[in-house]
Amino acid sequence: MSIKRHSIEATALSVGYGVHTVVQDIDLHVAPGDFVALIGTNGSGKSTLLKTLAGMLSPISGSVSVLMARPGDLPQRVAYLPQHPVSSHTLPLRARDIVGMGRFARLGLFRRPSLVDNEIVAQSMHRTGADEFSNLPLRELSGGQQQRTHLAQVLAREAEVLLLDEPTAGLDMAGKAAIAAIISEERAKGTTVVVATHDLHEAETASSVMLLAQRVVAYGPPAVALRDDYLRECFGFTQPH
Amino acid sequence: MTSAALLAPLWQPFADNQFLRHALLASGLVAVICAVAGTYVVLRGLSFVGDALAHGVIPGIAISLLLGVPGFVGAVVGAGVMMYGVTAITSRTRLSSDTAVGLLFVGMLSLGVIVTSRSASFVGDITRILFGELLGVTTGDLVWQVSVLIVVALIAFVGHRPFVLMSLDDGLARTSGFSVRLFHRLMLVMVALAIVGSFQLVGTLLVLGLVIAPAATGALVARRVGSMMTVAACCGLVSSYVGLLVSYHFDVAAGASIVFVAVYLFVVVAVVTIPRRKLGHREIPHQHEHRH
Repeated sequence: MSIKRHSIEATALSVGYGVHTVVQDIDLHVAPGDFVALIGTNGSGKSTLLKTLAGMLSPISGSVSVLMARPGDLPQRVAYLPQHPVSSHTLPLRARDIVGMGRFARLGLFRRPSLVDNEIVAQSMHRTGADEFSNLPLRELSGGQQQRTHLAQVLAREAEVLLLDEPTAGLDMAGKAAIAAIISEERAKGTTVVVATHDLHEAETASSVMLLAQRVVAYGPPAVALRDDYLRECFGFTQPH
Repeated sequence: MTSAALLAPLWQPFADNQFLRHALLASGLVAVICAVAGTYVVLRGLSFVGDALAHGVIPGIAISLLLGVPGFVGAVVGAGVMMYGVTAITSRTRLSSDTAVGLLFVGMLSLGVIVTSRSASFVGDITRILFGELLGVTTGDLVWQVSVLIVVALIAFVGHRPFVLMSLDDGLARTSGFSVRLFHRLMLVMVALAIVGSFQLVGTLLVLGLVIAPAATGALVARRVGSMMTVAACCGLVSSYVGLLVSYHFDVAAGASIVFVAVYLFVVVAVVTIPRRKLGHREIPHQHEHRH
């Protein structure tokens, strides 16, 4: 039997808040370069699972590891994009400062950003299109521009595992296409990508799909998991073909 | 009349009176302390907790005065108790934290008044605690303020990155490998120190104005955290100078004058910058047009 190295591994995992379980019995085995789409309605457990993988919530039971370590233990190698990144109007931070914060996990408290760090920040902004407004303060950016900025920050972390909670929320068609291209590029580099989404078309491009409705309804390749009967169970309706 | 004579009212009071020079030096130090701490307080939205800390120090100061020890000793103890209370409340209670923190701070305020009422000079003591004693600054007080400034600057230097991450989102700080619990406490210590280092000048009732108003003015105009802090320090220094002059020439309360000028500056800057901020969004397409 060959031993395959998994970047994310969960067995009989229950996730939730405190004592309140949202989803139980999750089995997840994700290899480097895989793209997993988590699909479900609001409150189905997508974000809860992502937060657990990011180390922001403790698992209620079962086992889970990310890059062979406890979730949250490898901040330099795992990046997480929350669902609604806060955009306080009082923050005097330009888009490029927000993206630069993506390097803090590697720089720690004191190390100054090098030329290489600055180049990575510039490239990340270029990839999401955030370079067009890099000098504008966060408070002057539209919702879509803020989303591009936060995504660029995640890319600037150069992580091996990307955990993205609804990365295309608030983006127009061009923005969604840019995200799809970025996910393909990252996978080609061997980066593991886990995305929570409502978008079934996005899920169809994944290597595997997990359908959640406060339990795991289906998990497998898109052709298997996105069957009409599973989707009906998840959403109460099926996808128009 | 020569221009030197015309300008004399702007500098003469400080040349003539050592107590005014001390007051100016002390309020200048406090302006810098408050600019550093206040920037993070405004960024992280900790104003209410700061207010609670400012009131939490009152019983400590009152007890110090009764025992005849320096007020700042009691203030440090009071701030410590208040920080423990705020942390316990925000992490454990089911009550909304602003309700619980609010109750804790009026509780501490009333305890302070009760303790002070045992003093023979009740009215004098409570007035000094609540409204400060800016014109009675001693060299010892200045040394204490310089020490506070050094510690506050050190905390800001060490905690700057996690503080900025936390002002955006606690989760972001955590997933970047920084302990939110540790750095939140460090920030509370910094705010408490700023309050303990400044209350003597303007009193516990008004000290939060010095912490928040200049930093809030900085937030209106700055695009970077460093420049926000610099603008805050400048606003604090200007408020100190103008406030002291107003107090001297019109014979009004010094501490309150400084805080009033600081808040007035904020209002003026807010009114002047509102059109710019509202237009900010519409300016973005124009910038693209210019570039292409």
